[in-house]
Amino acid sequence: MSLLNDFAKDRVLAVQEFMLMGGRAVQNLFGTPRYLVDTLRQMDFIGFGSLPIVILTGFFTGAVLALQMSKTLSTFGETSLTGQLVMLSLVRELGPVLTSLMVAGRNSSGIASELGSMMVSEQIDAMRALGTDPIKKLVTPRLVGCVLMLPMLTIIADFMGMLGGFATSFFMIHLNPSQYWTSAYHALEMEDVFQGLIKPFVFAFIVALVGCYYGLTTRGGTEGVGRATTQAVVAASVMILITDFFLTKILLTVLY
Amino acid sequence: MTGTVAPDTVIEFDRVSLGFDGKPVLEEISFRLEHGETKIILGASGSGKSVLLKLTLGLLQPDSGRIFVLGSEVTGRSEEELFPIRQRIGMVFQEGALFDSLTVGENVAYALERMGSIGPEETERRVREALRFVELEPTVEQFPSELSGGMRRRVAIARAMVSQPELLLYDSPTAGLDPITAHRIITLVIKQRDVSRVSSLLVTHRLQDSYEVARYYFDPAQEKLLLVEGNGARRQTHTRFLVLREGGIAFHGRLEEMVAERDPYLQKFLA
Repeated sequence: MSLLNDFAKDRVLAVQEFMLMGGRAVQNLFGTPRYLVDTLRQMDFIGFGSLPIVILTGFFTGAVLALQMSKTLSTFGETSLTGQLVMLSLVRELGPVLTSLMVAGRNSSGIASELGSMMVSEQIDAMRALGTDPIKKLVTPRLVGCVLMLPMLTIIADFMGMLGGFATSFFMIHLNPSQYWTSAYHALEMEDVFQGLIKPFVFAFIVALVGCYYGLTTRGGTEGVGRATTQAVVAASVMILITDFFLTKILLTVLY
Repeated sequence: MTGTVAPDTVIEFDRVSLGFDGKPVLEEISFRLEHGETKIILGASGSGKSVLLKLTLGLLQPDSGRIFVLGSEVTGRSEEELFPIRQRIGMVFQEGALFDSLTVGENVAYALERMGSIGPEETERRVREALRFVELEPTVEQFPSELSGGMRRRVAIARAMVSQPELLLYDSPTAGLDPITAHRIITLVIKQRDVSRVSSLLVTHRLQDSYEVARYYFDPAQEKLLLVEGNGARRQTHTRFLVLREGGIAFHGRLEEMVAERDPYLQKFLA
């Protein structure tokens, strides 16, 4: 019972620390110093650095979606709707979620290991000793970088997914190109676009803050860094999927 | 304790206790560091030596007790309130804790940039001066990963002293170094004490280093260390010892008193 108590207290404390760190990271946006160079560097690392995996993930997700959809639709003689289904699945759900998961796999782990290494080598303490707030210098630039880049990466992933779907439709299902693009274009509503962009915006907070939290709470030398890295990816991925469910429910109620 | 500190007191610990995960690390620790004094903190691994330095900087907060540094209380203060106090303190971390992504010059300049009021030319001049003091001026453009362990510690000393702090904290600056490099580092510590007259806390578990700090002084004319008892005269090194044992203070006083102590733990420790 006491073990259960301690575990529950630890979890509550972790949530409290996570929320406080997130709150301070956002609050720092309105204060000085702003660390613009650090923010641009993080935007480059998170945004441009994640481009190859996002392009590949987007393209092949679209391609396999088209394959699966056409197979199902062919039983109803409606393969012409392939473009529409690929577009809606990608923009509403798969684009934001898969992109966020890929970015979490790359960046939550990267952030956790970088900050974790700084933690165990006392660089974070040195930073505080030299009069710098680590949340301001390390967390806020990563959060801003993620929040600005993840929606853009999602748009690129959606576009690449449409291309992948088109490649499958054209070369394997032998669908008419205009049929594919026209059905896709007409199916898309403004609400879908909004839903597809609000999700990565929210997930960006999870990717950046989970990585930073596990990095800044690293204990126990290099072994601790490894543990923090793994925990960051697992926690970020699970949180993205759980948040996606509730967010989708809210958005479907509000938008449609 | 009323909250006021004697003018000559740089650090004051008043019944400070701290524990981690229910285990006490420091229990009811009280001591003072006077202006111009160097206090050497000795103790076995895990006796709370580094924790003591982090408490002084406000990087950790005690469970109970009060800590005064440079006339201000550091207990119960927010990070923002502590920054002005920390700017007056230099700290050399155990492994140097240099920032990997910055060059040696940028690492040393980091402390000055935070001050804001110092221009780029003055920053450059003071960075080079600090690096010259630790005999590492040619490494200004290099990254910490390109330096040896001893060189990194020397850069850390340069970074700690560049802002001309009123108090220096050294956390095992010679740990894991070969005897020649360790001697070089200790020479810098003594040089800083005798040339700049900065008060300091020096954590170490190398007795030979602590004896060297207590028995030698730096002669600027000859640019080398001399024994305090040489030439029939005796110089004052203003060095005292604080030995920690299982969270408490086992000894506090001068080298001669420590050596003459009959306490079995201390005798075993000094053997």
